[in-house]
Amino acid sequence: MQSEEMRLDGNAAGGILRDVFTHEMTAALASCGGCGTVGPIGALLEYGQPMGIVLRCPTCDTPVLRIVRTPGLLRLDFSGIRLLTIPERL
Amino acid sequence: MSSDIRAIPEAAAPARLEWRVAKVVDVRDETPRARTLVLDVPQWPGHRAGQHVDVRLVAEDGYQAQRSYSIASPPEDRTVALTVERLDDGEVSPYLVGELRRGDGLEIRGPIGGYFVWDVAVGGPLLLVAGGSGIVPLMAMLRRHALADASARAAVPVRLLYSARTPDDVIYHAELEQLADPPLVEVVFTFTRNAPPTWTGYRRRIDRAILESVSWPPSAAPHAYVCGPTVLVESVATLLVELGHAASRVRTERFGPTG
Repeated sequence: MQSEEMRLDGNAAGGILRDVFTHEMTAALASCGGCGTVGPIGALLEYGQPMGIVLRCPTCDTPVLRIVRTPGLLRLDFSGIRLLTIPERL
Repeated sequence: MSSDIRAIPEAAAPARLEWRVAKVVDVRDETPRARTLVLDVPQWPGHRAGQHVDVRLVAEDGYQAQRSYSIASPPEDRTVALTVERLDDGEVSPYLVGELRRGDGLEIRGPIGGYFVWDVAVGGPLLLVAGGSGIVPLMAMLRRHALADASARAAVPVRLLYSARTPDDVIYHAELEQLADPPLVEVVFTFTRNAPPTWTGYRRRIDRAILESVSWPPSAAPHAYVCGPTVLVESVATLLVELGHAASRVRTERFGPTG
């Protein structure tokens, strides 16, 4: 199957992001470290792996956020985000 | 002290999202492949139309499978309804659609989501585009709209464009026909695989011509919510932007390969 058909979006990462953040995160705005595009986490492209996910910028495909869960460890790579803006109340 | 500085109430402080065991209080077959599970969730904090929950199944050997399912019920309901479509090679959906019974427990966490959500305050016009089981979160929005007070409702005209393989695959078919109330609420179907000879509506995948005909013009600045299989969602979102709609007003939720 083509990876285009398999991909989801940042909406699907809302649950695992709540393992890290106390706030709802899919409406949070991330500016891409690659191209500077600002958009909601929910609108990023999600590529799932058995052990974790990669969220990519829909404009330039830069991996904005990587989350990997291994037994007893949750690893996050936020290096693709320049600025994260989180609404305190929805 | 300036009057616009207000303390955030204690209750508004977000808490960790805990797994809870919900109880199945009802099951309803919607189509031969889709079933609605009505859940009673202890300490459910309430939800917004468009949100989802994570469902976790744990096997006896400890193997876990986790999936996300959209909430179909409006925020007004005390119970939480999920509608699940069976994927034949799926790990989770065959159990939810075929095995789970009234009275069973189901481990869930939620509600989740703050981007693909709609409420009266967002306003309209509201353009909903569904492919297959992508109707589920949009149904929560339609039900929320139907329950809004008359003036709020009248301020938000809604158009639903729903692509299904055949009329038998349409989830909530009878309720959608009841909710249709043109010109305030319009429901348009397109059948991509099979339709009765008497069907005079669309018989093809959603394309530019269908969207141009069903949607409002960009000048009306509708809020678009598109949900379904990834290929459909990306095609519709691209077409809406090409037709002149602002990308920021086109919200998308991808359900993956088969919806």
